[in-house]
Amino acid sequence: MRNAESNSKSFKKRRKERIDRGIKARSSDIFALSSWREMLYLTAPRLIPIVGLLVLSVVLSHYWQRVLLSVSVFALLAISWDILAQSGMVSLGQALFFGTGAYLAGNMNHYFGWSPYITIPLATIFGGLLSTLFLLPVLRLRGIYFSMVTLVLPLMLVRIIEATRIFGGTEGLSGLGALPNRWVEVYLIIAALLASLFGFRRLMNSDFGLVLKAINDNDRSVMNAGINIYWFKTQALFIAAAIGAFAGAFMTHVYMFVGMPVFALDYSILPIAAAVVGGMGTLAGSMLGAFILVPLSELLRGLGGLRIVFYGLFLVVFTVAIPEGIFHYIQRKYHQFERWVEVER
Amino acid sequence: MSSSPLLEVAELRKNFGGVQAIDDLNFEIIEGELLGVIGPNGSGKTTAVNLISGFVKPTEGNISYRGKNITGWPPYKIVRLGIARTFQMVKPFYQLPAYKNMIIPLYSPRVKKIVGGKYGDRDAVALDLLEEVGFERDSFVAYKVASVLPQGYLKRLELAKAIALQPDLIILDELFSGLSLAEVASIVPIIEKLRQQGKTIIMIEHRLKELFRIADRVIVLNYGQKIADGSATEVMENPEVKNAYLGSE
Repeated sequence: MRNAESNSKSFKKRRKERIDRGIKARSSDIFALSSWREMLYLTAPRLIPIVGLLVLSVVLSHYWQRVLLSVSVFALLAISWDILAQSGMVSLGQALFFGTGAYLAGNMNHYFGWSPYITIPLATIFGGLLSTLFLLPVLRLRGIYFSMVTLVLPLMLVRIIEATRIFGGTEGLSGLGALPNRWVEVYLIIAALLASLFGFRRLMNSDFGLVLKAINDNDRSVMNAGINIYWFKTQALFIAAAIGAFAGAFMTHVYMFVGMPVFALDYSILPIAAAVVGGMGTLAGSMLGAFILVPLSELLRGLGGLRIVFYGLFLVVFTVAIPEGIFHYIQRKYHQFERWVEVER
Repeated sequence: MSSSPLLEVAELRKNFGGVQAIDDLNFEIIEGELLGVIGPNGSGKTTAVNLISGFVKPTEGNISYRGKNITGWPPYKIVRLGIARTFQMVKPFYQLPAYKNMIIPLYSPRVKKIVGGKYGDRDAVALDLLEEVGFERDSFVAYKVASVLPQGYLKRLELAKAIALQPDLIILDELFSGLSLAEVASIVPIIEKLRQQGKTIIMIEHRLKELFRIADRVIVLNYGQKIADGSATEVMENPEVKNAYLGSE
């Protein structure tokens, strides 16, 4: 490829060549890199979210910085949804994870006065455990039956809080401790989001992730390999629940309030929309979807009542035009990038 | 019989609602034997496999393996003891390439225990196993996504997944069905090789000619009951079998 100079005297004929040609060896994890350009080709997709988020955190106005927090939280919920979906569990209730984390953090702060630096990690772990416990009895259900239960659980919890007036009842708990300043908020959520994106992408590509994907594909066949699928599903559920619980605990301390809205349907439905628009099965697509849908919803605020109409229209157009999801589309195009090279004689 | 049986099925019963799928089934198999199980459609052959491998729980009766009662155990525990099965309706991981399909059984706790940890290069082990069942090494067929593989290869993949578990007892549920004569002929040596390695095999089959050539002993099921047990010739001369099995065709 690079001996164009040596052949310069011979007649020049050019042809198109895929950029990834020389990079991709037969194996998927061995790369043969020979230039900065090729290095950049490989690293650019990984650098874009990192550099992009860091730049956004600096250039955005105060208002849009708040939007960035909410975007990131939805991105986390979408990643959490995607992990479950890849493991064969289609959840309609990310709000369960979000709300459980939010209420745990809120209560720990309100009743024990613990600082957010303690409540957020604790709520992440125990929120994950608690949500897993809630769903453990229905882990054997498949398909729509599992989905229905996840949909109903957060709605049930809201009614329990309303009826028993625990945890502040309908008023919720307000005046909760906040993170020191907005920069801590922004960089905490950016760090969590990037860590989740890269960490769980790696996990889903590991053997563990392969087993989860195989369960989604054919659970009886995985059982038939001597693997306890319920244990693997439990672990996947815990991971997804912990991500959602972290998002909830974080938002509790951003709003300095926790109340019944944390179990709202938004937190269940929007992550699914994000994953569908962005592209399922990659985590990155789900995150991208959240970064498109949530700001869009903000931009449409000026339209008042028509907002939801345009928003819905946008969703329909996108899912019809790019049913595979934006990320898969971009990924495909990226792998098809071509450059002109001189044909060797 | 000199040694104690490897697998013993005693007074096994299974009803699905009002249907008596398995009715007082008794048989045993000794180590190293190749037992053929035949019977007309709906005679309970696959149900018997599902009961032994734990996918279906019996209504009554006992299944013991190496003297251990495994009745009602979940499938993954039964596999860990060394009983592997294939499915009549192949169950590959359609999204994954054939060799990646093999990673799942190679990841099994049973394999880890036998190998003493993880295989260094499992992709290589996977490709070796696939070559053993007839995925040609120099073609790209092992790298193809399972959803595009033809039935013959899917059946081989199913067999390779069972072999990967290094089982002592392999149950093949209609491995030959849907395969051409040439394909069957190419799989028979693989089964004979497994026997030479000392594996015990139960074969559920409709392809009697091919089965009788390799089976030591054959049992015949009809309406969930065992109606004959013996060598291939003995079984085929049994009038009850002629009536139930061949007469019904």
